[in-house]
Amino acid sequence: MAAIPDGPVKSETELEVKPDSVNDVAGNPNAVQGIGGTPKTSPSVAATAASVTPPDITDRQTLLAVLQFLKKNKLLESEETLRKESGLCFDNEEQSGSVDGGSVCATGDAEGSDATLLSRVSGATSAPTAAAVTGVPVPAKGDDQPDVSVVLSAYSQQGDPALYQVYYSGLKRFIESVLDCHRAELSQVFYPLFVHMYLELVYNQHETEAKDFFDKFHGDQECYYQDDLRVLSGLTKKEHMKGNETLLDFRTSKFVLRISRDSYQLLKRHLQERQNNQIWNIIQEHLYIDIFDGMPRSKSQIDSMSGSLAGEARREANKAKVFYGLLKEPEIEVPLDDEDEEADNEEGKPKKKKPKKDSMGSKSKKQDPNAPQQNRIPLPELKDSDKLDKIMNMKEATKRIRLGPDSLPSICFYTFLNAYQGLTAVDFTDDSSLIAGGFADSTVRIWSVTPKKLRGVKSAADLNLIDKESDDVLERIMDEKTASESKILYGHSGPVYGTSFSPDRNYLLSCSEDGTIRLWSLQTFTCLVGYKGHNYPVWDTQFSPYGYYFVSGGHDRVARLWATDHYQPLRMFSGHLADITSTRFHPNCNYVVTGSADRTIRLWDVLTGNCVRIFTGHKGPIHSLTFSPNGKFLASGATDGRILLWDIGHGVMVGELKGHTDTIYALKFSRDGEILASGSMDNTVKLWDATKAFDDIETDDFTAATGHITLPENSQELLLGTYVTKSTAVVHVHFTRRNLLLAAGSYNP
Amino acid sequence: MAEEKRQKLINTLLPTESMKVIGESIGLSQMQEETCQVLSEEASYRIKEIAQDALKFMHHGKRRKLMTSDIDYALKLKNVEPLYGFHAQEFIPFRFASGGGRELYFYEEKELELSDIINTPLPRVPLDVSLKAHWLSIEGIQPAIPENPPPASKEQQKTESTEPLKAVKPGQEEVQMHSKGQGTAVTDAKGKDQKKLIEGSAMKLKPRSTHELSVEQQLYYKEITEACVGSCEAKRAEALQSIATDPGLYQMLPRFSTFISEGVRVNVVQNNLALLIYLMRMVKALMDNPTLYLEKYLHELIPAVVTCIVSRQLCLRPDVDNHWALRDFAARLMAQTCKTFSTTTNNIQSRITKTFTKSWLDEKTQWTTRYGCIAGLAELGPDVIKTLIIPRLQIEGARIKAVHEGPVVSNIDKIGADHVQSLLLKHCAPVIAKLRSPPDNQEQYRADYGYLGPMLCTHVVKARSQAAIQAQQVNRTTLTITQPRPTLTLSQGGQPSSTSRTPSIIKMPNSITLPMQTLVSARPSTSTQPSPPPTKFIVMSSSSGSSSSQQVITLSSAQSAPTSTSPVTTTVPSLQPLVKLEPGGSQGTGNAVTVGSGVSRTVQKYIVVSLPSAADSKSQNTMGQHQLSPSSSAALEANAVGSLNNAVTVKLERPESPSNGNQSPQPSH
Repeated sequence: MAAIPDGPVKSETELEVKPDSVNDVAGNPNAVQGIGGTPKTSPSVAATAASVTPPDITDRQTLLAVLQFLKKNKLLESEETLRKESGLCFDNEEQSGSVDGGSVCATGDAEGSDATLLSRVSGATSAPTAAAVTGVPVPAKGDDQPDVSVVLSAYSQQGDPALYQVYYSGLKRFIESVLDCHRAELSQVFYPLFVHMYLELVYNQHETEAKDFFDKFHGDQECYYQDDLRVLSGLTKKEHMKGNETLLDFRTSKFVLRISRDSYQLLKRHLQERQNNQIWNIIQEHLYIDIFDGMPRSKSQIDSMSGSLAGEARREANKAKVFYGLLKEPEIEVPLDDEDEEADNEEGKPKKKKPKKDSMGSKSKKQDPNAPQQNRIPLPELKDSDKLDKIMNMKEATKRIRLGPDSLPSICFYTFLNAYQGLTAVDFTDDSSLIAGGFADSTVRIWSVTPKKLRGVKSAADLNLIDKESDDVLERIMDEKTASESKILYGHSGPVYGTSFSPDRNYLLSCSEDGTIRLWSLQTFTCLVGYKGHNYPVWDTQFSPYGYYFVSGGHDRVARLWATDHYQPLRMFSGHLADITSTRFHPNCNYVVTGSADRTIRLWDVLTGNCVRIFTGHKGPIHSLTFSPNGKFLASGATDGRILLWDIGHGVMVGELKGHTDTIYALKFSRDGEILASGSMDNTVKLWDATKAFDDIETDDFTAATGHITLPENSQELLLGTYVTKSTAVVHVHFTRRNLLLAAGSYNP
Repeated sequence: MAEEKRQKLINTLLPTESMKVIGESIGLSQMQEETCQVLSEEASYRIKEIAQDALKFMHHGKRRKLMTSDIDYALKLKNVEPLYGFHAQEFIPFRFASGGGRELYFYEEKELELSDIINTPLPRVPLDVSLKAHWLSIEGIQPAIPENPPPASKEQQKTESTEPLKAVKPGQEEVQMHSKGQGTAVTDAKGKDQKKLIEGSAMKLKPRSTHELSVEQQLYYKEITEACVGSCEAKRAEALQSIATDPGLYQMLPRFSTFISEGVRVNVVQNNLALLIYLMRMVKALMDNPTLYLEKYLHELIPAVVTCIVSRQLCLRPDVDNHWALRDFAARLMAQTCKTFSTTTNNIQSRITKTFTKSWLDEKTQWTTRYGCIAGLAELGPDVIKTLIIPRLQIEGARIKAVHEGPVVSNIDKIGADHVQSLLLKHCAPVIAKLRSPPDNQEQYRADYGYLGPMLCTHVVKARSQAAIQAQQVNRTTLTITQPRPTLTLSQGGQPSSTSRTPSIIKMPNSITLPMQTLVSARPSTSTQPSPPPTKFIVMSSSSGSSSSQQVITLSSAQSAPTSTSPVTTTVPSLQPLVKLEPGGSQGTGNAVTVGSGVSRTVQKYIVVSLPSAADSKSQNTMGQHQLSPSSSAALEANAVGSLNNAVTVKLERPESPSNGNQSPQPSH
């Protein structure tokens, strides 16, 4: 029965999975080498190759469009290469001569500028070319906006506009009359049907009918679609449909519904009996119905999973294996006596770990069967200073307070005064010695919260005078005159929406409205690199837990993986249907998670670039994400004020924490993962019992196969504490290595 | 299907007139209606689109308020040049204009003189961003420090006092538990649970709060009260500042309230003007504190304030000391109280007004009290002045005239009359200026307002000239207050302890005279008057958790003379005749607070204002309104029994040394 959606193969069916296939190709062995260090073979998108391989006619068209595009933009070299690779003859090109629309697969393995080109195209639904992110095929129609018209053309089929209301209310009556157990499931159909019928009416320029239809039925839709409905309500003309992101999203991605077989049969029979072709067509063309065997789901089960822009995740989407285990801690190869010098009385701790440099990774002696191979993603070598830091970390870990419901952490709150509502991002270093704040006035400020002041390195001339052989050379290169408690970094030209310290505290990343990500040195307090590629506001960025790599995501709906020594991204993760609002690295560095304004969370494999998990259930843009320290779970917070907990391995939601009344901007697990701290716009810090939340689930009869979980309503039991600030929105929370909770926000009187 | 119905989404459009106007503004006249229609739809759609994008910037800017910069960035996203020059911090003041059958809203842009901008001194440089750390929580408990919000919000205090039985919501429970835990240092979860149990059961039994103060709080209380009534003005300012701003004071509020009310009680007797002023400043500070829910304590504070307004004698030397200032200040406080706390259920304003009016109307009221009553009324606003004071100007004028032109009276009366006169002129002139139309005729005024007419006339003229500046207009709901019944003439009782009853609220000694100059003379008196021996009140027990619906107003004024009575402690049965207006008058049985003020050679006065409980309201006044009536009682002490079972026993003691003048009140906690 699952064949239903595949039945009438439209061109979109193929394309819909495109983003994933694009990334598939990016994962070829070539690419992996690229990531390892050779900067030139940037495997950013081997997308063109992707479109070459399938001999499908639509792909061919796509290819032609790309060639056309490259030619038009004078990217002759790229064009040449692509043409050679694809082995296409030139004649075809003429047919699609008038095509000038953009396409996503622009970069290829061409030289540098392509990456930016891609991002421009892919993000620019509002730009004149109005290209679709997902790489819509370009038919040679000679239309000035080919992609959009293709997207919309499916709406051109005419039904009697006056009858739409009759159709819809007929279906409504039917669904209301079915058995209770089916009603909840079938009710899911309402929203996508409503939207598509409305859009059809608008597209066919039946404005008054569309308006009546909207007025009559929009009140029936679930409240969590309110935001989308608001966008829809403004859209009343065919011209508006061009360049409207929401619309394109809706059209280019099939709305996914999960319905049990029985319910589906019921619906099908009804529609066929009534000869209700209009609705049937929409269901077949625009919806993807994921049919499962077994009991129909209850209303609450459905509600907990729905809410995203494009329906629920398909079941297959979350089937891939995810290596969520942690990497083996790299052994500290420092000889024992060295260690004793530097870290007195280390109790032979590192001794247990046999210093074997070459054993690293290649051996399969890792305990965690779920961990990825040690060298699955090449990681930077540890420097001496990193090892020292690791030792410090271990020392501190021994002094760590064990947290639990009976021993709550103390919270130290850092209030930014006189920020005049301008604080937009905060980050702490892992050792909690520095705080970085990003501000709306484009500055980044760094404070030292320890007595140690911030010092810059001396100027080159002064450095020449230093005796480089001396023991305290590292101390001598510092310029005492520059010592201060805080430093200001100037460079951005728009509000700074994200900051992230590198794990070794030598660098700071910041991303901004100006579309750049900047890398700052904390030795000289100057900007080292400006990573350009997004071209649109970058909402979030984060360093990987091992340094070197970082991830960013922004308004262009593409998340990018970068390495600090490459000015181009190594990977581009595309698939989200709206802005990427938050990005995080998995603790093992092999995965990246992104939260989006399309109300989904996606987990991406850094190696292959594939999307391996799609989590739906939030009812608003996701503004905070955090992994549990063991890498097994993910917590996410959104504008709807709810925190959702996810099991990465099984790909299911495992908990819902209600209590906040406004956007959650900060989430963090304690160092041992027992407590989840959340900070929100509602001026509170809340502590949740994470152990209990996860234990309850694990003891449950786990229905991973279907993913239909019933969430326990235990938010109140799990809530361990609420701490209200004095009109200070909580922007960031952080656990120190000893499990003291630090929180930060700006005071807005 | 969504069960809940939400507000309808309506596709609002810009009016086509706007399109026309905009068209005209760029020189396109006579636009077609259809054109406007299309334009408005398109423009509305684009505006919405931009607003939606701007919202994203707001969310990422971690703000709740959309700012102009967000819109700029949203425009930038669309490759549109941002609108420069809009930097509204708050709302944009759109002006409305209509004319020619059209209505317009526009943004008024003033023309600025460049030289003005250049010549104005530079504004202060805004402070730089700085970082401040504090403990939001220590091992799960939020410390009560100024950086943290008050442990119990005002709302919560209100719920606690008005609906004590209401189950605590689980969300609040945490907060409350933590706030309560401060005193008793509940750290472990078990303790918490126990606490919860105890609290729960206590709530069911009786909403009686046990106010345990931590050591820090006790210290704080001591410091603050000492500073408030101490001699160091700098310290006092600091203490008052602390009372007015500190968020965590609600636990100490009952103490402060008792401190003030007892302090006033004692110091009125001792005529210690300085301390009374200090105490009134404390009241002011308490009222200024935005985190406190004062409603619960008004029954203690209002009597204290009213006492300071109308008391017959507030200082040892009424001729020298400026007790008028205190009366004015207290009257303003009273007006503020009315404004803030008066509701339809407690009727504070109307009750206060009644109180003032009644004693003012009384023939025998002393000038000081008279002054206080008028000041109290006048502060309540122009409406009150108009309805209550102005009609009586003539009579009052006659009285003043009698003092001025009549046979030689005591100097003190003369001063009093002078003050009343200037007070009346001050308050009435602006009101009359509004009531009457411009031609101000001395004779006309004399005809209308009697003796005060001519002076009033000059003041009104002056007021008119300043009218433009003095547009102080307090909008107040009109008060319709029935004139007190004339039956309230009080008979001279034949009771043993009371010799003369004055029909006034507060009886003034007739023999006090003299002009006043100094504001405060706090030193022990050396006046010619027989100085009353100090009286010391000790509050035996005071649990101040009376329900907020009950208002017990206590006014006390006394002149104590040496008597031979030794310290007596009596307890008056709770069923005590509360009011005896006339023989055979109504008798209140229940809730009365009577405060003994000492045995005087002449009178023993109790001024009792009570809110009759439902049971005996029929015998007193209708609708549970307050009845204010002077009464006397043989008892030296009154045991006030509220409708709730909290009792205040006042013990009157006579200290050994009569010169023990400046005693500060001693709260017995």
